[in-house]
Amino acid sequence: MWQKLYDELQDPNFIIIAVAMDSRADAARPWIEQAAPTYPALIDRDHRVAELYNMVNVPQAVWIDEDGRIVRPAENAGAFEAFRSLDFETMTVPEDKQATAAAAKATYVAAVRDWVLTGSDSVHAFGADQARGHTAAPSAEIAQAHCHFRLGQYLLRQGREGEGVEQLVEASRLHPTSWNIWRQAAEINDMGLAAGPEFWARVNALGDDHYYPPVDMAGMPE
Amino acid sequence: MTTILSDLGDFSVAAAAAKEGLWLSSAEAAKATGWSLQPEGLCRGNICVPVPSGREADFVADGSVNLAAFWDHLDKPAARSKDGDIWALGEAAADRAESLKSLDAPDFTLPDLDGTNHSLSDYRGSKVLLATWASW
Repeated sequence: MWQKLYDELQDPNFIIIAVAMDSRADAARPWIEQAAPTYPALIDRDHRVAELYNMVNVPQAVWIDEDGRIVRPAENAGAFEAFRSLDFETMTVPEDKQATAAAAKATYVAAVRDWVLTGSDSVHAFGADQARGHTAAPSAEIAQAHCHFRLGQYLLRQGREGEGVEQLVEASRLHPTSWNIWRQAAEINDMGLAAGPEFWARVNALGDDHYYPPVDMAGMPE
Repeated sequence: MTTILSDLGDFSVAAAAAKEGLWLSSAEAAKATGWSLQPEGLCRGNICVPVPSGREADFVADGSVNLAAFWDHLDKPAARSKDGDIWALGEAAADRAESLKSLDAPDFTLPDLDGTNHSLSDYRGSKVLLATWASW
C-alpha cells in the first residue's frame, strides 16, 4: 500500500515502518515478499506496538516527526468499511462504496505526502494539544488484556495450545473492541475463521459503530 | 527456570519455585524488569517504592524480592501460566497513557523477516510513518 508513495517521495528524511500484527512470521511472509518493500517490514508476533500505542485494528498508523514526537496518534490509516456493504448474493460491494473507499485511501496518502513535504506547516500535522486530544488512553482492562495476549502467544509457541488459547480468549474478553486480538486468536484456531461467519456476526453486532472509525482529516469522505 | 515477559523483552530467570508469588534475586529482577532491591525499597532509576510496612514478609526475604507482590502493589497488570513458570509483567494503563500524552513516541524493537532487529529510535532524524497491517 505504501511503496508507491515511498518511491515517489524519495525523501532521505522520511521512512515508513510497516509492522505486521502477525503471531506467525510465515503468515506475513508471502505478503511481504510479494510487496518487496524497500522500507522495513517488521513482524510483531506479540502485538507489542498495539500495546504501546493502544491500537485496536489494522491498518492503523502513527505519524512521528524527526524528534521522535507523535504528530498524529494511532488512527485508522485511511481505510473505509466498504466491505460492510457486501452483497452476499452477488459477492460484490456497491460501486459508490468502492469509490468512497478509494477516495478515503487517496485522501490519507495525500495527507501523508503533504506532511512529508511541508512538515509542521501541513494542515494535517496536529499541534501538541490537538495530538493529545486525539490520543486514546488505555484502560486497566486493556493493559491487563495485553498481558494475557502476550502470555498466550508465548504458551502457543511452547506448544501449550489449550492454555494459550485460554489466555487469548481472556485477552479478548477484557478488550472486546480490539479486532487485532480477536482476529489473531480466531486465525490460530482455524484458518479463515478471522473472516468467517463469526467475524461477520461481530461486525454486524457493531450496529452504528464503526469497524474503521472515520479519520479526523480535512477532505476525508464521510 | 521461570520466564518473564516484560517491556524489556523475554527473559529466563531463576525463581524460587516452591514459594507463592514470583521470588527473584535482586539481580534477576533487575535483568528482567529494570527494578532492583535497594535499601529504600524496590527501585528503577530514580524511582523507589518502599516495602509496605507490616507486610515485609510478602515482599522481601533473604535478599529476594517478590515481583508479583510488587507488581500488584504498583497497580501494574500481570498474567501467569497455571504452573507459574511464565509471567507476563505489563505496565500500568496510567503509565501507558502518560507516555502517550507526553507525545514522545514509545520505542520498540522488532525483527524483519530475516530476523534483523529494527528499533524506532534507529530512525530518529527522519519523519516516520508507523503503519500496521496483518495477514489475517
